[in-house]
Amino acid sequence: MTAVLLGILFDGLAYGMLLFLISIGLSVTMGLMGFVNLAHGAFAMFGGYLATVLMQQAGWPFLATLPAAFVAVALASVLVERLLYRRLYRRGPLDQVLFTIGLTFIAVASITYFFGPSQQPVVLPAFLQGQSRVLGLEFGVYRLFLIVVGVAVTAAVVLGIERTRFGAKVRAAVDNPVMATGLGINVGGVFAVAFAMGSGLAGLGGALGIQILGLDPSFPLKYMVFFLIVVSVGGLGSVSGTLLAACIVGVFDVFGKYYLPEVGAFIIYAVMVALLMWRPNGLLGKRA
Amino acid sequence: MIASSPMQETSWLRRRGWELAVWIAVPVCVTLLFPDYFVLASQISAAALFVLSLDLLVGYAGLLSLGHAVFFGLGAYTAGLISKGGWSEPISALLAAGLVAGLVGYVTGFVVVRVRHLAQLMVTLGIGLLVFEGASRMRGVTGGDDGLQGMSISPLLGVFPFDLYGHAAFAYAFGVLAICFVVMTRIIDSPFGLTLQGLRDNPHRMAAIGTPGSARLRKAYTIAAVFAGIAGGLLAQTTQFVALETLSFHLSAEVLIMLVLGGAGYRYGGLVGAAVYMIARDWLSDLNPEFWQLGVGAVMVLVVLFAPDGVLGGVNGLIKRFGRARQEQP
Repeated sequence: MTAVLLGILFDGLAYGMLLFLISIGLSVTMGLMGFVNLAHGAFAMFGGYLATVLMQQAGWPFLATLPAAFVAVALASVLVERLLYRRLYRRGPLDQVLFTIGLTFIAVASITYFFGPSQQPVVLPAFLQGQSRVLGLEFGVYRLFLIVVGVAVTAAVVLGIERTRFGAKVRAAVDNPVMATGLGINVGGVFAVAFAMGSGLAGLGGALGIQILGLDPSFPLKYMVFFLIVVSVGGLGSVSGTLLAACIVGVFDVFGKYYLPEVGAFIIYAVMVALLMWRPNGLLGKRA
Repeated sequence: MIASSPMQETSWLRRRGWELAVWIAVPVCVTLLFPDYFVLASQISAAALFVLSLDLLVGYAGLLSLGHAVFFGLGAYTAGLISKGGWSEPISALLAAGLVAGLVGYVTGFVVVRVRHLAQLMVTLGIGLLVFEGASRMRGVTGGDDGLQGMSISPLLGVFPFDLYGHAAFAYAFGVLAICFVVMTRIIDSPFGLTLQGLRDNPHRMAAIGTPGSARLRKAYTIAAVFAGIAGGLLAQTTQFVALETLSFHLSAEVLIMLVLGGAGYRYGGLVGAAVYMIARDWLSDLNPEFWQLGVGAVMVLVVLFAPDGVLGGVNGLIKRFGRARQEQP
């Protein structure tokens, strides 16, 4: 019994780490510019497809595709942000929602056109497959790998935001953009870099998640709700809040699928509505 | 967005005469020019009523909703289940559909109005997903993914049967749309409607002059739910089928697209948007479904970038520009 519970907790945490990797960029985007970017899942999907193309067509090893996905998606997102998104910062959330859903539809349709509607396969290297025994409990090696990557990224993000000069600028811009501009911080530039980093992490998450989340053209629509739940429950712009919410959602979802499969995603949605009624700005959200 | 002007001292016919002419011209045109498209025309009527109900929330009251399909689907299932249960009279079933959706709207309104901005989007989305999941699990009642089949509708007013050609269905759907449009216009022009527009433009000021904001918004949410329920019931009765998709997030997004395409906050915005969207879908999805999705995406992106007030906003802007030019000339 304890072993099963621990196993669920472990799988849930691995799943939560994936959600965190993809959602953290969305949280920063929304917290910094108040921009509701529903196309964020499409960035993750592009990362995933890039990784599969590199593996199948160019014969790259799996681990080498991960940084490639990060860099490529980060660069592409800067283009999208400078060309399209910045025109919409002053608009209401409704316009932003519609615009980014439109972008997502375009992405889904073009991916379907080029790759077809089926699931993309992924072949993991041998040392990431199988089970390993730790303290008498069986753990999937790949999930262990995910948790390690997740913890490393969390540490990097937290250190980057708390300890570096750039991080201080980001925090200042989130707390009070007008005052930050007055102090000579280039809020637009800070935002562009933060946006690129966040989108790059989404691309990385998409590539890492092929094994667990699957990868087909409906990916951004299927998981958008989960990313939004993580962000809105965690609180906009809060790294620790996003991590907490991602782990809660991951564990609850795996738990629900294991013990109450007939109820489905019901639990997640109900928990989200209840949490948002209790704290409309998220669990660890600061801004009103 | 424009606030409707207060009642002027001109006669009713002079103010509304052209609208009456359009409302008479449209069914005549459909009957004479497009006799093969009665089924599409009744679906457009139901969709237009659905968009109209969302317009009261988004265009006039300034509320956001990503889950408006809940009320449409509830209305559709109510009408469908009543008909399957043996009560085949359509008009009373339609009223029941509106009533059930309105009740759920009243209850959920307490939750939705409490939060704003992103949280409001997420709460409406969450409620929509909850209801959708619930309906897809309750296969015994809703038929699950297969939908609700085997509805029987008795003739309209006991005289006009719903036949394969869809004449009665179109007359019924268009008539209900027209009645609801008149009621909606009266609501928007009433002091209550003006309060909603005030709450949309400046909630703090409205609170300062003593308007109970939450109560007014809850009322608006309930009214919008009633009309959405009637629209859903209408679709169920005219197609004699209820799909699970009537509750889906996809439909909630689609109805927003139709509204923004036509122009939110213009009385005719919803109707124009629904007609343009449904006709375009009918043409394009015959060609290729992926083409249609790409087209919708491109249209949404272009409308938001270049015509944020939709078709009617663009037309209105042109009229204003030409009107000003004419005034400046003499």
